[in-house]
This record gives sequence, structure tokens and C-alpha cells, in this order.
Amino acid sequence: MKEDNVLVDVRGLKKHFVKGRDIWGRGTEVLKAVDGVSFQIHKGETFGLVGESGSGKSTVGRCLLRLYDYTDGAVLFDGQDMSALGEKKLKPFRRRIQSIFQDPYSSLNPGMNVLELIGEPMNIHGLYPQAEERKEAIASLLQKVGLKREHLYRYPHEFSGGQRQRISIARALSVRPEFVVCDEPISALDVSVQAQVVNMLEDLQQEFGLTYLFIAHDLSMVRHISDRIGVMYHGRLVEVADSDELYENPLHPYTKALLSSIPVPDPHAVVERIEWQPEEGGVPELKEASPGHFVAFE
Amino acid sequence: MNRTKWRNLKNEWLSNKIGIAASVVLAILVLGAIGAFLSPNDPNALDVLGKLKPPSANHWFGTDEYGRDYFARALYGGRVSLLVGFSAMIVATIVGTVVGVVSGYFGGWLDNLLMRLLEIIMSIPSFLVMLLLSVLLKPGIVTLVIIIGLLMWMNMARIIRAETLAAKEREYVLYAKASGQGAFGIILRHILPGIVPVIIVSATNNIASAILMESSLSFLGFGIQPPNATWGSMLTSAQGHIMDAPYLALLPGALILLTVLCFNILGDILRVGLEPKLVKR
Amino acid sequence: MTRRLLTVEDLNVSFETRDGENQAVRGVSLHIDQGETLGIVGESGSGKSVTAKSIMGLIAPPGRMKSGRIEFAGTDLAGLEEKDWRRIRGNRIAMVFQDPMTSLNPVKTIGDHLTEVIRRHRGLGKAEARQEAVRLLREVGITEPERRLRQYPHEFSGGMRQRVMIAMALSCQPELLIADEPTTALDVTIQAQILDLLKQLKDQSNLSVVLITHDLGVVAQVCSRVAVMYGGMVMEEGTVEEIFYRPKHPYTQGLLRSVPQRKSGYRERLVPIEGSPPDLIDPPAGCPFRERCPHAMAKCAQLPPRFEIGPGHRAMCWLNDESVKEELAARPEPQGGAANEGR
Repeated sequence: MKEDNVLVDVRGLKKHFVKGRDIWGRGTEVLKAVDGVSFQIHKGETFGLVGESGSGKSTVGRCLLRLYDYTDGAVLFDGQDMSALGEKKLKPFRRRIQSIFQDPYSSLNPGMNVLELIGEPMNIHGLYPQAEERKEAIASLLQKVGLKREHLYRYPHEFSGGQRQRISIARALSVRPEFVVCDEPISALDVSVQAQVVNMLEDLQQEFGLTYLFIAHDLSMVRHISDRIGVMYHGRLVEVADSDELYENPLHPYTKALLSSIPVPDPHAVVERIEWQPEEGGVPELKEASPGHFVAFE
Repeated sequence: MNRTKWRNLKNEWLSNKIGIAASVVLAILVLGAIGAFLSPNDPNALDVLGKLKPPSANHWFGTDEYGRDYFARALYGGRVSLLVGFSAMIVATIVGTVVGVVSGYFGGWLDNLLMRLLEIIMSIPSFLVMLLLSVLLKPGIVTLVIIIGLLMWMNMARIIRAETLAAKEREYVLYAKASGQGAFGIILRHILPGIVPVIIVSATNNIASAILMESSLSFLGFGIQPPNATWGSMLTSAQGHIMDAPYLALLPGALILLTVLCFNILGDILRVGLEPKLVKR
Repeated sequence: MTRRLLTVEDLNVSFETRDGENQAVRGVSLHIDQGETLGIVGESGSGKSVTAKSIMGLIAPPGRMKSGRIEFAGTDLAGLEEKDWRRIRGNRIAMVFQDPMTSLNPVKTIGDHLTEVIRRHRGLGKAEARQEAVRLLREVGITEPERRLRQYPHEFSGGMRQRVMIAMALSCQPELLIADEPTTALDVTIQAQILDLLKQLKDQSNLSVVLITHDLGVVAQVCSRVAVMYGGMVMEEGTVEEIFYRPKHPYTQGLLRSVPQRKSGYRERLVPIEGSPPDLIDPPAGCPFRERCPHAMAKCAQLPPRFEIGPGHRAMCWLNDESVKEELAARPEPQGGAANEGR
């Protein structure tokens, strides 16, 4: 991939949370959720980020959405550093970067109908100021995600989990973003519905030339949707590679352990389980083991 | 708040006989307070000859130690008590909601400052504050409302703060933030609507405690000044006649009890009706 | 000949809700033999957890067991009094739940939890119960059990707590262990360890296990027999091999097809099951899968019986009816017969 093709460039990103404070409000205990992560996402690709709970994968996503200020490091979007920007200067980025969250029950405000839900980001960024025009735009978005015009005035509780996730997707697309952070968008859905949503995300990516960051813990779905995958462990990336390469030729013992833990839906499959205990001294820097395949391991 | 919640609330209310009874009683009390001027007797007209008369056709609640019509006094007293209770609740709700939401949403030093301040206010005995303030300020309904309101917002603020903390972690709030919605917009569109039920429920309970507080203040003589009556001050003057005319204490006491009870019952119904997780057995 | 441990016949369970009667389980029949592991798979709302709770006698208002027979080792459980239930629940049938975080009391040590259960159910003395607790913790793979007994739940990780829950369930030497999504809240690597533990327990003893899950991978790895639930009914049941290699119900086929294949080189398109599960407050008559089924036909408006496909392999679908088969064979196939494509 060419260098100028990079849409998102994460450089040495750190995000530490203060967990405990003394009576003067000074931090005493720090949680290093993300502790020095660097990777790049190219235009039009899907970058998968996997890891177990507490690995910091969701925090990385939220940093890219600038929901947090960074402790250290920088994130460049389309060549512009957005690490230190104030809310006013961030606004154009907030249109270009959109998000889909995990829980279809908490990602939609229960008191707003579909028209208001999808209209909100349009409102913020001043798209389709005419009411009639906006309604048409939203109705056609609904069609794109497999819902109908008559759903416009319905409320979230009238939809199933899969349908709510479609509404979330329509909402994210309503401001014509370039980059969508998908934070476990299918984890809360039933197996048969997951495939519907994944297919839809792929179709929309084709149609609108979107770039995705796909955060998940379901390794088989991540492999399916991602072009490249980063594996996170304790706030650090331990391996980054093309998805087939990562699954067929994992180099880091943690990646191997993770892959060997996937329960295979085939009763005769024999998978040799690999266990891994992290060694002392933390995770070393990523090194390029073969072209495009980076691993943090000696 | 959405339609389902309103519908659940309506069902809960209609299916609850005690709730309907409480609403009817409150409606009567409020109508009585509003329509107090229709009463044929002047609440402050003295009648030295007809003092301490037991209830009769002319004087439904009898007369007090100055021969004033006790029913008229109860009506006018109810007007003050309900008005003070309601207005103090409004003051407490506004202050409590603003402090709670701001503290919970912005967090950090602002939250720290507001919560420490709140703890300091809460740790001062409220009667001391009431007494000091009522000495410093000119007595009257407005003063009373402000004093009571300012003594009650703390609990509200704490509840609202906790709700805000939970609400701001919801994914739709995160989404709005990531989409560039400003803090004010997020609070107004996404946080407040979700906690309206909590606000309503604690406001209802606050009316009850405001009425009680007004009664206590008036009972101690720091509330509305004589000759005007409130239920609390009626209790005070009944003190001396507890043996010879017990109805003088019992009647206003019963009215206070009834009002507070009704508001508490309604508060409970609101809580159950607005809380989807509590399924009726 | 294996001994039949549990038989569930025509179980119906409903929940009273504000919007009407939610018929969560509609005529479920199941059985479990001694020493086998039965997997109950299904999506949310399929009735799998409610079925398990009925077996444990844990259906509380607003839920109600409307009809059905549950026979455990010769005793009918359906009409049992609560005090008789207590003698079976925990003693002979034990349960492990999804969330190990909320199942343990945070102010009691792990040792307190275990010894309390052991003493209550087995009437052992304090010292003996402690010894037994140590043995059980070791059995579920917890190292340094003596030290661990003195610790509190918050000092344990999620996977460790689930091991403790399993140890507690095993402490009374139950005949049947019901595990309701025991690994759903855990990370994959921890999930794999817990599944290994379950497999190992199964091999070492004559314990029967009912494993409730939505994850086909988990079923394939651990279970010997599978019941696939949908819309409150058992759509298909059979051995794992039958279910995974020769599924006879379109729902089972669809589920298996919607899992991404592990092939490299190209991105295959996923084959989802379109639509969403039926509303059980006013469920449609006939086959519950009809609206999402690529093979739906007029006959599906009638509830299909359970067709016997092979020994122990049953599917509730008209496609297995002889006359329907003949009719379909006479007609030319309209298309590949696969699931319908996305809208």
C-alpha cells in the first residue's frame, strides 16, 4: 500500500485513566488502558482490532473518536493532527468520523423516533436544513439499510436488536462520513442476524468507499470482514498483519493462544490448544517480521 | 420519556385504587385551598363569645380559642401549606437538577467542588439554618419557600448526579458527543429526558417533606405570621387546648398527615409506573 | 443400555407481561441420558434458558408452567412442593449461571461459599467440609486451593469465579449439571479453559450435563447431543454429528451457514437468515420459522410433527414428510435451494 493512501495514522497513542485520587484530587492509581499503540489505516480498508476484555481495544476506538484527550501520542486523520484540537476545530472531523456502538439497546435514545435519531447528526452539521428534504434523505437511508419509510416515526423499542443496529448504521451514514469506528457492532446480536449486519456493512463500504475500524472479540467474524488485523494485549499491539496471514501464520504466542481458543463449529475438528503466560517486562516494540506483518516478540 | 412509559404510568395509576383515592383527596384539598374565599366565614374574624365551640352545622370544624371559624382557617391554612410545599418543591427541583446534572456531566474539579459544598450544607443541622435564616430574612411566604427549597435540593442533586453519571456512559450519549453535539445539547436532548421519571418521583416526595417542613417551621412560630393561618401554626395554637378541645390539634394534624400520605402514595405509583423493570406481581 | 435421567414432555411456560402472555416455551420435549452432554442451542428468545429454569423449578411469577411433565430419575418434578424441590435442587440437579460476578456474595470468602454448601447438603463437619472444598477447587483446576479458600470473590478473575461456581455445583455430587451460557461472559481464552474443564469432568464421572448456549462452536466442541430451539420449540435434535453434518431442518442449516467459513484467499459472502425471530406474545400458528424459511410452503401453516429421521434424530419440518418429498421431487427445483439472498 502506498503511504499517501493512509487515512488514519495512530502514533504512539497512550491513554491512562486515573482510578484513585487522594483528598486533594491528585491521581494515585493509574490504569494504562492504552499504552503506546501505533498503526495505520488505509483508505477504503477495514482494519480489525481484536483483543480480550481489558486489552484497550475499545479505548483506542474512543480515542479515534476523540471522546477522550490523549495522555500521549497523536492521531492524524487525513494528514491532520487532531490530538490537540478544541471542540470547535474538531467539528469537521466529527462529521467525517462516525461511529457505531455495540449495544443496540443503549445506542439509540429511547425517547426519540427514527426521524429524530437519524436527523440529529444532520442537524449538528447543518445538512439538509429543509425539513421535507431531510425526511426524504432519511427515508432513502432507511431503504439502504433494509428498513422502510413507515419506520420513520417509530421508536427504538419497537425494533428488534438487528433492526436497531441498522438504524445506528443509517445514523452514522447520514452525514456522509469517510471513516466509521465500529465498536463491537455485532457482538450483542444473534448469530443469524450478525451475518445480515456484516453483509450490510460490506455493501455500504463498497457503495460509499468507507474505511472501517472494526473492533471485536469474535475472531472468526473479524477475519471475515477485515483486510488487516491488529491484536491487542494489555494496552499494546502484539501483532499486526493481513488477516489471512495473521490467521494462517500467527507469530506472537498470544495470537496463537487466542486463535487456538476459538471454538470451531465442527465436532470432528481437533484444535490443539496453545496456552500462553505473559512474560515479565511487558510487551516489546513492534518489529516487521515479513513485509506487512508486524510482531512484538523476540 | 416515551409513550410506553406514559401508558404504563396510566395503567399503573388506574389499576391502583389507593392511587385513585389519593388523587381524589388531593384534588379536594387543592380545590378547597383555591376556593377558600367562597367560605362564608372570615378566617380571621374574632368572636369572643363563640370561642372553643365544638364542630357544628355553622362551624364545621368548630371554633378556636379566639372564636375564629376553624374550617375557614383550615382552608386558608391549606392554601398556604400547599402553596409553600409546591413552590418549595419547584425551587428544590430546579436547584437540585441543575447542580446534579452539571456535577455529574462535567465531573472533575467542578463536581468535586459542588459535592463538597453540598456535603457541608447537609452537615449543618437544618433547623439551625431555618432559624437563622428566618431571623435574618423578613418573614413571609416567599422567604419560607426559599428557605425550605434551599434546604431540600441536596438529596435531589445527589440522585440526579448519580443518574447523570449512569446516563452519560450510555452509548447514545457517547455517539452524540462523537458527532459533535455540544454539552448543552447533550444534556437537554439526551440526559434530561432520560431522568425525567426520577425527577418527577423525587419532586413528588419533596412536596410531602416541604409541607412537613413548613408545618414544623410554622409550629415553631417562624413561618407565616399571625393572624394568618397555616396547618402548622394551627397546631401550635392548639397546644394549650389539647385536653379541652382536642379537635383543634387533630384536624390540622389529620390534614397534614393526609396530604403527605397522598403525595407519598402518588410518588410510589410514579416510581413503579415509570420504572419498567419493576413488574407488578 | 444407558439410563434415562431426565424426561421433559410437552412443556409449556408463559410469562405474563404488560402487553399480554409471552409464550416462551411451547411444547418442548427433551430427554437426557446418564453421562451424556446435551447442548441446547438457540438465539435469544428461543426459550432455551426458560426450559432450563423449568427443569430446576425456578420459574417464578409472572412466569408460569402451564403444562408438561418433567420426570427426573423416576420422580415427577412438575407437581413438587417447594420443600421437596429443595432436596433435589442443588443436591441432585445443580446449575451454573452465565454471570459469575453476581452469583457470589462479595463479603464472604470462597471457602465460606463452598463449605456452607457442602455442610448444608452433605452434613459434613467443619474440618471435613474444608478438606472437601480444597479437593473440589483442585478438581476444577485452581492452584493453591488452601490459600484461595481464604480469598474473597473480588480477588478472583472471571474465569476463576466460574471455576468456583462449577466447584460449588459439583460439591453435592449432582447427577445432572445445568450450565446456562457458562462461558458467554468470559474471554475466548478463558472460555476454552472452562470448556476443557467441562469436557474433563464429563470424561471422569458419570455426570450428565445440559449446556445452554447460542454458540455453535461451543456445542460442537463439548456436546454429544444437540437440541436446536427456535420460537419456544425444539426444531431439531440429534447427535452432534447428525446436527452438524446432516442437518434436516432449514433453521439448523441456516444457522450453520451463517457462520463465517475459515477459508483464505477470497472473501466469501455470508449467508444470513433474513428477518427476525417471531414475537412470542402472539406467535403465528404453524411452524415458527415459516416467515424466514427459504423453503416455506402452504403446508407450513400447520405445525409440523416431529419427523423421525434416524435413531434419535428428529426434525420438526414438513420437508421430511414422505408425501412432501415426493411432491417436491416431481417439481423442477426453482433455484439452488439455498437460503434466499439479501433484500
